[in-house]
Amino acid sequence: MQQVFKRPEALKDVQTHFCPGCHHGTIHRLVAEALDEFGLQKRTIGIASIGCSVFLYHYFDIDVIETPHGRAPAVATGVKRAKPDSFVFTYQGDGDLAAIGTAEIIHAANRGEDITVIFVNNTTYGMTGGQMAPTTLLGQKTSTSPYGRKSEKEGFPVRVTELLSGLEGVAFAARTAVNTPKNLMDAKKQIKKAFQYQVEGKGFSFVEVLSSCPTNWGMNAVEANERVGREMCEYFKLGVFKDTAGI
Amino acid sequence: MPKIEIDELRCKGCGLCATVCPKKCIVLSEQINNLGYTIAVLDEAGGACVGCALCAEMCPDVAILVFK
Amino acid sequence: MPKRILVKGNEAICRGAIEAGCRYYFGYPITPQNDIPEFMSRELPKVNGEFIQAESEIASVNMVMGAAATGVRAMTSSSSPGISLKMEAISYMAGMELPCLIVNISRSGPGLGGIDASQGDYFQAVKGGGHGGYHIVVIAPASIQEMYDLTMHAFDLAEIYRTPVMILGDAVVGQMKEPLIPHPKPNTDLPVKDWALRGKGDGEQRIIKSLFLGDGELEAHNWKLHAKYQQLKEKETRWEEFETADATLIVTGFGSAARIAKTAVMMAREEGLKVGLLRPVTLFPFPEKAFYAATEHCKKILDIELNTGQMVEDVRLSVRRDAEVFFYGRPSGTGSLPTPEELLGQIKKYL
Repeated sequence: MQQVFKRPEALKDVQTHFCPGCHHGTIHRLVAEALDEFGLQKRTIGIASIGCSVFLYHYFDIDVIETPHGRAPAVATGVKRAKPDSFVFTYQGDGDLAAIGTAEIIHAANRGEDITVIFVNNTTYGMTGGQMAPTTLLGQKTSTSPYGRKSEKEGFPVRVTELLSGLEGVAFAARTAVNTPKNLMDAKKQIKKAFQYQVEGKGFSFVEVLSSCPTNWGMNAVEANERVGREMCEYFKLGVFKDTAGI
Repeated sequence: MPKIEIDELRCKGCGLCATVCPKKCIVLSEQINNLGYTIAVLDEAGGACVGCALCAEMCPDVAILVFK
Repeated sequence: MPKRILVKGNEAICRGAIEAGCRYYFGYPITPQNDIPEFMSRELPKVNGEFIQAESEIASVNMVMGAAATGVRAMTSSSSPGISLKMEAISYMAGMELPCLIVNISRSGPGLGGIDASQGDYFQAVKGGGHGGYHIVVIAPASIQEMYDLTMHAFDLAEIYRTPVMILGDAVVGQMKEPLIPHPKPNTDLPVKDWALRGKGDGEQRIIKSLFLGDGELEAHNWKLHAKYQQLKEKETRWEEFETADATLIVTGFGSAARIAKTAVMMAREEGLKVGLLRPVTLFPFPEKAFYAATEHCKKILDIELNTGQMVEDVRLSVRRDAEVFFYGRPSGTGSLPTPEELLGQIKKYL
């Protein structure tokens, strides 16, 4: 009998701190699989951000630097410029990347830094207890939008992948989800593609992954997983938005 | 015969595996692991596992290994 | 005769940095330090270096963090309001124990203030301007030659002690020109960077972080940092003494204020007055022992600063209890730089 599914090498064999059903664990695994596939583990420098993503170094068996809130793309820029032969990826949530780190992500993307950004969008600040994020959907209740997000007061959820796709410096940008086996297989494919862009030195690559946050959404894992498809995928359309090299 | 192994120390009982099993052969048990989660188990009685690995793909905790 | 060149202080810093092996500069424009990014943007490509004009001071210092984490010599520069923005990352790098150089060619404040020479950033620089109770090494050059020499020294200190180092200057030492004698960087024994990120290869994973959540971890980390600061105080304190041996009044001050004060001291000596100068070169670690020793025989210290009194607090903590400490300062703005004659008047007032 042959083992047909196993833990990727780049992912440590440890228990994670993620809540039951949280997609972070799944996304971690997909990233680790992509590192394995391209044989990148030994030359990768991971850039951790602030939020539930901060413990990247506990879960990935790679060199990691932990960065201030939102600054991961700037730190990644410094790492990659100083060590161009390394493989550099950031792993950031929506609060980190789309609010406090807006300037850093836009300009790293616009410079076409040869890095890969994994953007986990769960429409909330998970680590701090479920506050409103830039990607919180209209009407969504959070601990700081208790009456539901209203566009008149809080603006609209930011579609980051579309925003970045408009920049000349961006070589590859896609939005994916891991809520169904079909979406998950596509997410796997797009993450690998994004990595391939960097491996081939083809410039800035970006993959948004829609994620659940059962605890802060006040749902069980299965309900939260369903919400990703029912509500998030409606507003945040899945797909490849930019693919300059046509890999 | 294809089979899965669910690591009872890693399973958090989220149940996502059960939602995608085409043969409906994974169930949430009453068994509680060291973290206090009620864990998912293969319903041996079903015996219908085809080793498709969809459960393992969906598992956020890499708690499922698949053999075929 | 070694070759002398006439350069601005800001350029001397750049030349010192490149001579010291720094090949990575990340910055953002702000007066009065723009000569630094301009020089680096021109010169670094010639030595296979990297220059980025970042989207903000915040981004630039985080780029320094990234480069420094790989073990290379990296720097940024700015002026007061920009340094405030960099404080977040400086606190992180102090916690992460990352070596790097931060240059503050400071200007007057608070807020937008003005672009004149000022020493209003002393507290921010030496007391840990960011959160969390840390120190970085702070060096205050007072001449163009020192801007060059101390920049090279700063990179060595940063690596030996795994800490950010700040060069604290101002528009006077940054913008004026003086002869500089460039020279090769002195050889220093430097520790192996067994912490630097490189991609783990066949080795163990390396992690650079400032988050410590385990029981007792953060306390242990802070005590480790504290021990490093104590070691810096023991080994790396620098100061200049001028005519202090028989002085009955010692003038003190740092950087540009000390330059003006030195002229006033020389004028006083020409008049036969027994006046000397004790100039801290390192502001952190502060030359506490030098002040203690000097006040064994000299009981009067006059501190001159381009602010309303900041370093004077450290002077008062350092002198013997029977010494008197006087202060004369001018919070700088246009037309507020004191003259040597003005300072001579102050010397005579307290002598």
